[in-house]
Amino acid sequence: MIPLSHYLILSAILFSIGLYGVFTRRSAIGILLSLEIMLNAVNINFVAFAKFMAPHSLAGQIFVIFTIGVAAASTVVGLAIIVAIYHNYKTIFVDEIDVMKW
Amino acid sequence: MWSNLLSASIFYLIAIASIIFAILSVTLKNMFHSALALIVMLLGVAAVYIYLDAEFLALVQILIYVGAIMTLVIFAIMLTAEIYNKNIKRQNQQKLISLIIASSMAGFLIFVLSRFKAQGGVSFFEPLTLAMIGKELLTKYVLPFELISIILLAALVGSAAISKKE
Repeated sequence: MIPLSHYLILSAILFSIGLYGVFTRRSAIGILLSLEIMLNAVNINFVAFAKFMAPHSLAGQIFVIFTIGVAAASTVVGLAIIVAIYHNYKTIFVDEIDVMKW
Repeated sequence: MWSNLLSASIFYLIAIASIIFAILSVTLKNMFHSALALIVMLLGVAAVYIYLDAEFLALVQILIYVGAIMTLVIFAIMLTAEIYNKNIKRQNQQKLISLIIASSMAGFLIFVLSRFKAQGGVSFFEPLTLAMIGKELLTKYVLPFELISIILLAALVGSAAISKKE
């Protein structure tokens, strides 16, 4: 039986790796991939807490289903925006796309 | 006794593999390889769901993340990024400070969470089945269920509208 804190530590490590990726990646697709890592870490937290703190309730698992749905929608819109940006600027590096900065 | 030990050690192997492939996914130079490493990490998370008695979520994870989202991401990589150019810098200048921030956040979270004890204990009574998930989804959670379908429809229409040529 694996204790709850080990699931939480796994999730914290994955979240920090995703944070590092969001900070350092230049390519917008790389940032989206790192965001997926962070979302998965949060989902592990949801399911682990639901299993150990409220074993009769399905709320944690159902929340994760909704999270996956919203993450899928956001990824699709993000990729569409990236493809549109590539058509207009011929680059997807976020430090070169700066027309909306001063 | 032995089966408990075996399943625990397999869990830690899966956890370490997920962490390694997540690190590969954020540091690899080739964006395509990075997406492949992320697929392995998502499969590891699906295995963690199975350890948490959430078999349905593991299936959803494999079907939606690995099957649909990552295919889409790989399509986008093929359409946009210059994959094979080795001379392009893939990371910005903030590597050191990002490493400091991310590792201090990981250290803080591990420090807090490692002394966290669940008072609920273990759940060996009635397993939560797929039929119960379906019933809850269509009775108690029917409003968010319908909302998520509207969000998905909006994302479908919106992405088609954004990415079409003028």
